[in-house]
Amino acid sequence: MTSQMAQLIRMMTIFIPLLFIAGLYCIVVTRNLIRALIGIEILSKAATLLLVAVGYVSGRGALSQACVITLIMIEVVVMAIAAGIIVNVVQHTDSLDRRNLENLKG
Amino acid sequence: MTVNLVLLSGLLIVACVAVMKRDIVKAAIALALTSITLSAFMFRLASPLAAVFELSVCGGLVTVIFMCTISQTKPLVLHQEDDEELNTHGWRFAALPILLLLAAGVLARVPIPVEGLALPPATPGADVRNVLWTERQLDLLGQTLIIFVGFFGILVLFKRGVPGVERTDAERMKRAPSEGQDLNSASANEETASESATRG
Repeated sequence: MTSQMAQLIRMMTIFIPLLFIAGLYCIVVTRNLIRALIGIEILSKAATLLLVAVGYVSGRGALSQACVITLIMIEVVVMAIAAGIIVNVVQHTDSLDRRNLENLKG
Repeated sequence: MTVNLVLLSGLLIVACVAVMKRDIVKAAIALALTSITLSAFMFRLASPLAAVFELSVCGGLVTVIFMCTISQTKPLVLHQEDDEELNTHGWRFAALPILLLLAAGVLARVPIPVEGLALPPATPGADVRNVLWTERQLDLLGQTLIIFVGFFGILVLFKRGVPGVERTDAERMKRAPSEGQDLNSASANEETASESATRG
């Protein structure tokens, strides 16, 4: 393994977990539903970066790109459905606060 | 390697801006910048197809989805809980940079035997298209099914209500019986007139 590859792996082991932490922190701390979606997006970007980095290091870039394309397609559909759910929640509760969803009504 | 470090640092910084920004529109724009930075880094890692997908889909389409959601959910009147959300936003998200610095310090000290790693044999001649069509056929089927699910899910979620029927609690609460006008029948007449106009 070359020193450049070793340096790249070292950087990835620091930056990818930091991205995961940022996304998780956003989801846990926020009360705004749209900001929680932003946190989910950041988590999926961290996963995408991990896939691409592993593909580059292992020399299997084609396979990693195929997995990344699948991940992006699923991510977009999840975002669209989640956005629709948020719009419906706002129509029912007139607020974006997640605490309004804690009361179950028949 | 310096370029990689700059791109990764920029990616993390912009992601933090997207998390910490108080205005949700600016946060969505910062998220688009995160996608652009990630796409640039993917080009550096010899993954051009994934980079193009990330740039066009995540940087473009997802940002449009966010803007549409924000435009449809922006409240006309700020409720008390939204005021509280904005007032406490600063100190709740101020811990993120500190947490990231601490985590970076811990991760930098974790010993990882990078030099001794034995990498598997590479497949340099493989093409993404061949891999998708020959090895990942089920992924393609799954993507098609997911797209159909998303299509029908959006159709259901954005379905219009029946005219004359109050669809949501918010509409029911806005009705004011103390006023002389029956808002329910007035809105039902308006919806019926608009629907017949679109059909005609």
